[in-house]
Amino acid sequence: MVIQTSDEQTDEAILVDGVIKTFGSGTSAVHALDDVSVTIHQNEFFTLLGPSGCGKTTLLRLIAGFDHPSAGTILLQGQDISHLPPNQRSVNTVFQSYALFPHMTVAQNISFGLEMLGRPKAEVSETVDAMLSLVRMEELKHRRTDEISGGQAQRVALARALAPRPKVLLLDEPLSALDYKLRKDMQIELKRLQHETGITFIFVTHDQEEALTMSDRVAVMNHGKVLQIGSPREIYDHPADRFVADFIGDTNFLDADFSFASEGRLLLRFAFGAEIETGSVDGVDASSRVTAAIRPEHAKLAPADDQATFVGTLENIVYMGTDTHYHIKLGDGSPFVVRSQNLRDLGEPYRTGQSVGISLMPSSVQVLKN
Amino acid sequence: MASDQLRKGEVRRNWLLSTPALIILLSAASGPLLVVLVYSFLTPGEYGGVVWQFSWDAWISVIFERDIFDDTISIADAHLTILWRSVSLSLMTTVVTFILGFPTAYFIATRPPQNRNLWLFLITIPFWTNLLIRTFAVLEVIRNEGVINTALIAMGIIETPIQILYTDTAIMIGMTYVYLPLMVLPIYASMERLNFNLVEAAYDLYATRLKVLWRVIVPLVKPGIVAGSILVFVPSLGTFVTPRVLGGGKKLMLSNLIELQFGSGRNWPLGAALSITLLAMVMVALIIYIRTTQRDQATSK
Repeated sequence: MVIQTSDEQTDEAILVDGVIKTFGSGTSAVHALDDVSVTIHQNEFFTLLGPSGCGKTTLLRLIAGFDHPSAGTILLQGQDISHLPPNQRSVNTVFQSYALFPHMTVAQNISFGLEMLGRPKAEVSETVDAMLSLVRMEELKHRRTDEISGGQAQRVALARALAPRPKVLLLDEPLSALDYKLRKDMQIELKRLQHETGITFIFVTHDQEEALTMSDRVAVMNHGKVLQIGSPREIYDHPADRFVADFIGDTNFLDADFSFASEGRLLLRFAFGAEIETGSVDGVDASSRVTAAIRPEHAKLAPADDQATFVGTLENIVYMGTDTHYHIKLGDGSPFVVRSQNLRDLGEPYRTGQSVGISLMPSSVQVLKN
Repeated sequence: MASDQLRKGEVRRNWLLSTPALIILLSAASGPLLVVLVYSFLTPGEYGGVVWQFSWDAWISVIFERDIFDDTISIADAHLTILWRSVSLSLMTTVVTFILGFPTAYFIATRPPQNRNLWLFLITIPFWTNLLIRTFAVLEVIRNEGVINTALIAMGIIETPIQILYTDTAIMIGMTYVYLPLMVLPIYASMERLNFNLVEAAYDLYATRLKVLWRVIVPLVKPGIVAGSILVFVPSLGTFVTPRVLGGGKKLMLSNLIELQFGSGRNWPLGAALSITLLAMVMVALIIYIRTTQRDQATSK
């Protein structure tokens, strides 16, 4: 029996339990969320990741209070907030379009939430100054919001949402409108803000790179369901299914037969004749069809001899700066990509059309159920 | 320079193109206005018309009246009452159309986009009906034997009909009905451009519904509110048919008084002076409108 201490109880910032959200009714009903359960810890940088229409923004809006669940409950530090309006829950949102009030200055935007909470004037102006320095925007205090750049508007939106010190901060794809360089800076900036304020961040994005860079844990969603929750490393190295493996990073998928090898080990037999021995895999029956997932950077190009795991024809070489992608056609025609890191001034040792080998460690093969 | 000549030619052509408009403007608007202005400084003819003799009398009569026996001048109560009725009824109409029109515009702007045009169409339907017919329809509703009174008596709420017809209230009801679309449409136009994320943001930042309305929605749709108010107030000041039908000829507004001077009053100069007064009041309203919009633009730049 597990005895829960009070510390463990308050460790849950947000508990989403069996939430269903249906829009419309009858035959035109759309199930935006289909029995979603997620636990988000105190002081965690948690990311909801998935393609557009997967339900991540719907879940965020339910936590913010703009919509309410059709079934299930949402707890904020143990309190049921499922049907509370947004102005009665200590959760603030950074909107995708920032939604700064255009008729107010930067400072007025930041003080809005504090004023609405009825905080004393001295405290409001003190907090506004503290927030401005937190997001490094002191000089723009009295600017109008249409006189600042996208990156600056982003910082003001963050300061405005953080000023009332919410228990949870929600971020709805806040970086999608920024250019690449600025987005990189803001990723680090968001991490710093989360660390300095100690507030739980729930971040919504469709950008897997963003999710991996910033998050403590990631929930991958598709079609209104949570497919996998884990640290970025867990999700990248051990994707739960083919969708997760495909959505996060690049992956080579190869069909294989799965059977017992003679020494009690398991054997993957590929359509083009190659075989790999692996350990046992949870949840996969022996003698079944499976998919082998192999990350391009976990494979190496090798001479096309008996030592190579697979042999194929080099079809295309794509130089990417940091690394080179080799597109190879295997024996049965299935494509395979190998990513190789570039060294300076070494030149390109391979030519398209030549026969190459691919060498693999057995541990780099992830077996997925079909 | 060749380019200078080209520009000169272009300027000449532009002037030529605008000639028809200028001719209409001068002959149909500025010209008659000038005639009215000149008439207001002349002496009334015996059977209407004017005698070409300079006089301040018409302008003095706008506010003052001369005693028939001893020529002493006193404030003209009747004219002031009518002036005041025009201004106050127009202001009240503006306020009432705002109170009714703002929620209507909000309602339409928050419908799904494909349904909005239907709602807007419903709002503008009365425009396709003749003003006189619409006014008589209102009369039918509010008269002593009309729909409202009959219903109230039938329900036993009142025993004798409430006298609404031929009062200031009747005129205001009529003007509100006629001018409501002019308030709804500009507010809707502003409201439709409103980013409803801002409403969510305010609500998210602990604002109550009332605070969201006053701190976010009203300031952002203010241009529409000001435009709607002007569009209702200006024609209200000059309303003629509504007080004639619903005020029963007893409760005059400025336009009715002007009509009276050119008709049975046989005092064209006074009618002209009153017309210019009405025009001046409209100009004041427009100047206030321009000032507010300019200030808003200055602060939003």
